[in-house]
Amino acid sequence: MTEDTRDAVLVAQGLNKSFGGLQAATDLSVSARRGEIHAVIGPNGAGKTTFVHMLSGFLRPDSGKIEFQGHDITDLSPAARVRRGLARSFQITSVFREFTVLENVVLPVQSRQGHSFRFWRPALNDPTLLEPARALLEEVGLGDRADAVAGHLAHGEQRQLEIAIALATRPSFLLLDEPMAGMGPDENRALIDFLGELKTDRGMLLVEHDLDAVFALADRITVLVYGRVVVSGSPDEIRKDAQVRNAYLGETQM
Amino acid sequence: MTRRLTPAGTVTALVLALCAAVPYLAPALDEPFYVIVFARIMIWAIAAVSLNLIMGYGGMISFGHAVYLGIGGYAVGILGFHDVTSAWVQLPVAIGLSAVVALVFGVICLRTRGIYFIMITLALAQMVYFLSVSAERYGSDDGLNILWRSDFGTRLFDLEDSVVMYYTIFAVLLGCLLVKWRIVMSRFGMVLRASSSNDTRVQAVGVPTFRYRLVAFVIAGVMCGLAGFLQANLERFVSPDMMNWHRSGELILMTVLGGTSTLFGPVVGAVVFLMLSEILSTITIHWHLVFGPFLVLVVLFARGGVMGLLGSRARHD
Amino acid sequence: MDYVLLVEQLLNGFQLGIILFLMAAGLTLVFGIMDLVNLAHGSLFMIGAFVGGTLALATDSFVLGAVLMVPAMFVIGVLLETIALRTLYRRSHLDQVLATFGLILFFNEATRLIWGPEGLVIPLPDFLEGTVALGAGITYPLYRVVIIGVGLLVALGLYLLVAKTRFGMLVRAGASNRTMAGALGVNIPALFTLVFGIGAVLAGLAGLIITPITQAAIGMGEDVLILAFVVIVIGGIGSVRGAFIAAVLTGVIDTMGRSFLDLLLLLVLPANAAEAAGPALASMLIYILMAGILFFRPQGLFPPRGATVIQ
Repeated sequence: MTEDTRDAVLVAQGLNKSFGGLQAATDLSVSARRGEIHAVIGPNGAGKTTFVHMLSGFLRPDSGKIEFQGHDITDLSPAARVRRGLARSFQITSVFREFTVLENVVLPVQSRQGHSFRFWRPALNDPTLLEPARALLEEVGLGDRADAVAGHLAHGEQRQLEIAIALATRPSFLLLDEPMAGMGPDENRALIDFLGELKTDRGMLLVEHDLDAVFALADRITVLVYGRVVVSGSPDEIRKDAQVRNAYLGETQM
Repeated sequence: MTRRLTPAGTVTALVLALCAAVPYLAPALDEPFYVIVFARIMIWAIAAVSLNLIMGYGGMISFGHAVYLGIGGYAVGILGFHDVTSAWVQLPVAIGLSAVVALVFGVICLRTRGIYFIMITLALAQMVYFLSVSAERYGSDDGLNILWRSDFGTRLFDLEDSVVMYYTIFAVLLGCLLVKWRIVMSRFGMVLRASSSNDTRVQAVGVPTFRYRLVAFVIAGVMCGLAGFLQANLERFVSPDMMNWHRSGELILMTVLGGTSTLFGPVVGAVVFLMLSEILSTITIHWHLVFGPFLVLVVLFARGGVMGLLGSRARHD
Repeated sequence: MDYVLLVEQLLNGFQLGIILFLMAAGLTLVFGIMDLVNLAHGSLFMIGAFVGGTLALATDSFVLGAVLMVPAMFVIGVLLETIALRTLYRRSHLDQVLATFGLILFFNEATRLIWGPEGLVIPLPDFLEGTVALGAGITYPLYRVVIIGVGLLVALGLYLLVAKTRFGMLVRAGASNRTMAGALGVNIPALFTLVFGIGAVLAGLAGLIITPITQAAIGMGEDVLILAFVVIVIGGIGSVRGAFIAAVLTGVIDTMGRSFLDLLLLLVLPANAAEAAGPALASMLIYILMAGILFFRPQGLFPPRGATVIQ
């Protein structure tokens, strides 16, 4: 399977990863383009989260190469990748539960502004942190919840905050690991719309179980099964692909 | 800006006022012994405050924190043994040595988490403890007497004067509280607190947390080394017992007793712990028999410590 | 260098390793399976020495005392787990450290109250006195040979228990994945209690077995506990095999260092410097070993499977 790597921002080439005897990624190659949503789907255990961990630097591939904006980032730490503009969200909600909503987004804003070896001035009196943080919360629809403690938010709001934290680093490319996880249909609808608006100015790699969301949003889709790319193509091509129907979509009505 | 005084704030103000007044109150009440008791309490409070910076705010449960008491103390003791009594040598050595040791230990133990971190900090501290025990030249188990307190070279500031000694400790305590308060609220403190809450996520927003945790670890070590410097001067004596692992356990106890993740909790904890042991030990020599289970009960039922009971919001007060 | 002394010290180191293994085996299972920091494990070492010693004095037989100690320690372990420690499993590590630190204070003081501050001297029975000739001109105290033999037997038994039985399978499953063990329909609380009881017996055995050489003293378990921590860190939490190898490694290196390091230093340092640095460096040797291993393998030498999964 060859991928068209022209205009690609994020390119994974031949990634392999195994845990003990379990092969979680085999010769995995995916390339995602600027201004597009590239969805990665697959049944449970297909290695989707492992893939996101490798792209974001939390897992090191056994072999293979990851390029971002033309640079080899395979050996960079997670933090260094974020500073280059590659941010991620988490499947399991990973907000700072004891912090207020505002503090949750102040931290990434602070990270964007350079090092944090500043010991004396209170961070929460600093308008250069608070203004962008508040603006971002307005943007994602959490403006009126700024002072709530994150751990007390409803599940849907926590999912919004999850994405807001990633967005606050001003990424040029966003890795979203199952943003819809555990959300109701109404909340889903709103989030799909929101993600659709986001894609105009950045690239996105979307790992998702919810196929409605995937087909509503994705420009390209890659199907993973047991850590391998089964097929990659436009939503129409994927819909028609017999291999995909058998391997994965099976009984799902399309 | 006017603010109503919270119960926690009231306790803070009362304890600090008491500390300030003891050198005058104690003789007036014909209990001069309490001057030294409170001086000791304040030194432990400094050590507990420093521990709380990494434990309460950074989630690093160091079970070897007393090692810096020993290092700060032995800097005074060993230099004094070699007739170097100038504070301008002793103090930088105490601070510098604490910083170097904390840096080396931090590099080793901050690579690990959870139970590993607890055990490794304990083991590394034990290493220094045994080092001091094996140092026959400096008294091994028996320790070293200190003939002269650190000499600042001026009559205006002479630690041999017990009042000066007392208020120096008091001032250092206030200074450490101020520094900790500013640090916790600063950008650095944001990173520290966030990494304690969810370290993976902090890295995922672009902050390499290791170096921040390491710097916090070093700051806490230096602060505690300062407490050791003061303790050696106050007692005119250092021994391996200053960094016995029971001392590290007691530091954790004081912090939790007063309230972790609160600015002033460790001070209250030190007061409660040391006063309680002072009082209980006069009633029975077997006071640990009561005190041990008491601690278990505190852990099980009074979470948040004294400051928690007073309704202090963790983190900010 | 005198090779007789070398072999003797090697055996001494091995014997220390055996004691450390008995401590670390129970501790590593409790850490690995229950995720519990139990400082009071050192108290079990001490209680084993005092209870076993008292039983030996009462029955006038060291062997009978040791045999009776086993059920006694098991009961003490089970009681400790059900009364105090069970409630701590779901608590933070900080809470566990504090509560078990409180238990240490309690046990030390209770021991002082019951047996007095002087401790307890347990004489060695006559038939265990004397030395054994190991050939090539080397003799070694019989009792130390017995310690090594008992330790190896226990290690073998423990290995068979963990590797070959259904109980062992559950223990291993619990160490790597608690939810899975629960899904297998295992009575987790009972399993925990049982593991804790076994750990208590092993710690008590270690305490009693060393007592004729040292003597039963208050707080005797604490230094051993910290050494056992070092062993567990080196071996990898939850791994009995790792605990054994790390314990022997730690025991041998510590003992050899204390005996021969100053001689080695003489090769590179002037005499007075070597004499001063030798003991200091020897006392730090195992901690340096631990730091070195951690630097390259933060999970220890034998991390249980599943320990490397992130999040």
